[in-house]
Amino acid sequence: MIIGVSYDLLRWEEKDIITEARKSGFKAIPIFTKDFYSIVGVGENHNELEADVIIQRNTSHARALTTSLIFEGWNYNVVNDATSLFKCGNKLYTLSLLAKHNIKTPRTVVTFSKDKAVDLAKKIGFPAVIKPIEGSWGRMVAKAVDEDILYSFLEYQEYTTSQFRQIYLVQEFVKKPNRDIRIFVMGDEAPVGIYRVNEHNWKTNTALGARALPLKIDDELRDLALKVRDIMGGFFLGIDIFEDPERGYLVNEINGVPEYKNTVRVNNFNVSSYLLNKLREWIKK
Amino acid sequence: MVLLKCPICGNDVNVPDDSLPGEIVEHECGAQLEVFNSNGKLALRLAEQVGEDWGE
Ligand SMILES: [Zn+2]
Repeated sequence: MIIGVSYDLLRWEEKDIITEARKSGFKAIPIFTKDFYSIVGVGENHNELEADVIIQRNTSHARALTTSLIFEGWNYNVVNDATSLFKCGNKLYTLSLLAKHNIKTPRTVVTFSKDKAVDLAKKIGFPAVIKPIEGSWGRMVAKAVDEDILYSFLEYQEYTTSQFRQIYLVQEFVKKPNRDIRIFVMGDEAPVGIYRVNEHNWKTNTALGARALPLKIDDELRDLALKVRDIMGGFFLGIDIFEDPERGYLVNEINGVPEYKNTVRVNNFNVSSYLLNKLREWIKK
Repeated sequence: MVLLKCPICGNDVNVPDDSLPGEIVEHECGAQLEVFNSNGKLALRLAEQVGEDWGE
């Protein structure tokens, strides 16, 4: 099997995929996005890129989406494909699709006016969380304890450079324990996950110093994760789940290019090798 | 190892032979550098700043 690895930044995960692929006797071809180009048009030759499957690992969401589109246009198998990356990358798209398929999520309002956002936030209750429609690593996500603070955050957002700066997304602050759950789906399995615990910050992104602890995946979590994958598409997903004391599991966000260094470390589970084996099974079919 | 020049301070930087483009190298001058392929040879340039759309 020949594996292309599409990337812009060589993090631990990208190196590990290349190392594990070579250990298993696969050929791994690094595809550095910043040196990459495409000439679009009938008859343009792209056959020099030999790969049975391309793993999408760009840190930049725009580069990930664009290169997945290009590879798909060339008829390669891409994990993840552009459509599922787009669904995951846009929080409103994610939440709408989940709700449509009866998957519980935090209560969320979306408006195009700041006053309306504050009105609606009063209905879902304070504290409320404001977050950009697109964005990662917890950037620009803020918790407002009252109306005044929420209004200030809405004003701040309006003066950012985000293309979605005039779309206001406000979410209930889920009274979860000081942790959330991250489950990894690979193909038709959800074999591994972590708790992300942060005693000092309500944000549980490991990029912001949350600790990872091993998670035992029960049938309910596994079924939920696989249902989410059916809705979102894609082959390799990181699903973020909150535990609500009354409503149970709420799906919060889904990552289309998930990081998993800490998952490997605390679970002693080889994510890259598992993913590669699942890809081989898939390619054979 | 390959001996390269830091584009910021001009001092030497040793980079492993099997380095790939996109690999990040922290130099002692404080610069964060990125390995790239310059006409078939490894070279260094200032690493890109974290982008608004970066993340998982
Ligand atoms: Zn230097």
